Amino acid sequence: MTDDDPPARLVLLWIAEGTWRACVDAALRLAPADASITLLHVTPAELPEAAHGAYLGLLGRRGPGRDPGPRVAELAAASAGELLDAAARRLGRPAARAERHGQPEREVVSAAAGADLLIMARDGDLSRLGPKSLGKATRFVVDHAPCPVLLVWPGPAPAVATIPPPPRDPPGHRP
Amino acid sequence: MSAAALAGVLAWAVIRPRDWPEAVAAVPAAILVTATGAIPVHAAVAEARRLGPVIGFLAAVLVLAQLCADEGLFRACGAWLARGSAGRPGRLLALVFVVAAVTTAVLSLDATVVLLTPVVFATAARLEARARPHVYACTHLANSASLLLPVSNLTNLLAFAASGLAFGRFAALMALPWLAAIAVEYLVLRLFFAADLAVGARPVQARSEGEPGVPVFAVAVVAVTLAGFAVTSAAGVSPAWAALAGAAVLAARALARRRATVVQLARSADVPFLAFVVSLAIVVAAVTGNGLGQVLRPLLPAGTSLPALLAIAGLAAALANLINNLPAVLVLLPLAAPAGAGAVLAVLLGVNIGPNLTYTGSLATLLWRRVVRQHGPGPSLAEFTRLGLLTVPAGLALAVLALWAALHAIGG
Repeated sequence: MTDDDPPARLVLLWIAEGTWRACVDAALRLAPADASITLLHVTPAELPEAAHGAYLGLLGRRGPGRDPGPRVAELAAASAGELLDAAARRLGRPAARAERHGQPEREVVSAAAGADLLIMARDGDLSRLGPKSLGKATRFVVDHAPCPVLLVWPGPAPAVATIPPPPRDPPGHRP
Repeated sequence: MSAAALAGVLAWAVIRPRDWPEAVAAVPAAILVTATGAIPVHAAVAEARRLGPVIGFLAAVLVLAQLCADEGLFRACGAWLARGSAGRPGRLLALVFVVAAVTTAVLSLDATVVLLTPVVFATAARLEARARPHVYACTHLANSASLLLPVSNLTNLLAFAASGLAFGRFAALMALPWLAAIAVEYLVLRLFFAADLAVGARPVQARSEGEPGVPVFAVAVVAVTLAGFAVTSAAGVSPAWAALAGAAVLAARALARRRATVVQLARSADVPFLAFVVSLAIVVAAVTGNGLGQVLRPLLPAGTSLPALLAIAGLAAALANLINNLPAVLVLLPLAAPAGAGAVLAVLLGVNIGPNLTYTGSLATLLWRRVVRQHGPGPSLAEFTRLGLLTVPAGLALAVLALWAALHAIGG
């Protein structure tokens, strides 16, 4: 490698349940052939905690091996692994894997530091084009990402006609 | 002194030093308050005798739920949820609501928390659906859907014994509040998790090879047991006998097929827990008899008018959130019982729906959890709390309104 060679571009894919295929497909279409790709999945830390908390509420009934928290955590880890496996298979080219736990939006933003491109899919209301159609976590990442973001539709995008008319338009009839 | 004993018992139950059972502190505390005369010996014995059948009832239901799990009931539920959802997360949530509400009502909230929640998570993961709405549905319904039957919650069993209602009448009065509480949870979760529910899941079509079938025998035993509750209670016999019979049938089958050992069965009856409940009740009776009763009695409105029922339920919810709903119901029952079944059931609405405000069931447990976690990043509590604030006040108000209507239609 000489000093003239541009460094390999880092592309981060946010692999989320239900929408990850669209991210992988976008990477296959649009990521440079020499880019180094990382597949990121974040397990929400509050899920095992919610199960564990409900169990703590059963005052006096906490026998060994009955806590659903660790069981949910175990299942979540297995499921994250399977999702990343499936994404890697669909991608069909070498990719690094990152599994994180915590608040998904914050973890994605922190993982995106130093990336040249973040590819993520929309969630929320998928039946229309804005306004406020993005899910909360997705909106947070779009707002806070420290790198360029490619936001893809998990399915076909709705028609432009789904955008509501500007507020100043007279209500009712149109010519 | 009794107050200190109660504080000690509750602190031990929250902190659980060395993971020792709660009974380790509660039994000596009960002996202490009896020996020092804080509660007369005959009153303590009467309390234990009154609670005996309640505890036996609960033990039988705990064993029944565990044996149903061993028979594969919850695995079969997971397979049914996966097929029935047809790749639509909104539909999956509706089915999770049905399964969690029925499981909680029939096999108690313990079954939903311990046995059903992991299955629901695994099902959502298998469908590639986002798990949050479905897991929260389980943890919330374990509380708010535990209103229907005396067996749904230990608090109900205690109140059932104090209310003098028959099993069928209890269920008839609580059916409408149960549905009201579930409806509020459903609407709020649907909207709260709209973004998670909008993205598609993977459809699972036909029955796959090796998929668990419905354990027909276990389901039939539970159905007959349920009918037995109503029949025995109407005939003036304790419905605990029906629960015992149901558990015995499934236990005999499990033993005959060598799926369970006597030791495992005894363990699922959770004897230390049963000792804990009796001891806690004796300590609470000592505290209530020595001042706490006089303090709380003026706070508890008399009568069963709508405002009175709302105030009773609100007070019960507040107390349950402070110290957990088990001691809360033990404190409030003797105060509410003279006002009649309506007041007792209003207490239940408060102590059963209320704990969803603090995801650990009480502020005491929550604070201790924060202390323990001080040195690590804990998960954000904002979401739990927001969801609780959205569901609990609305669910409680609507359930009280439904109870008031049911009391007027059926009569307390």
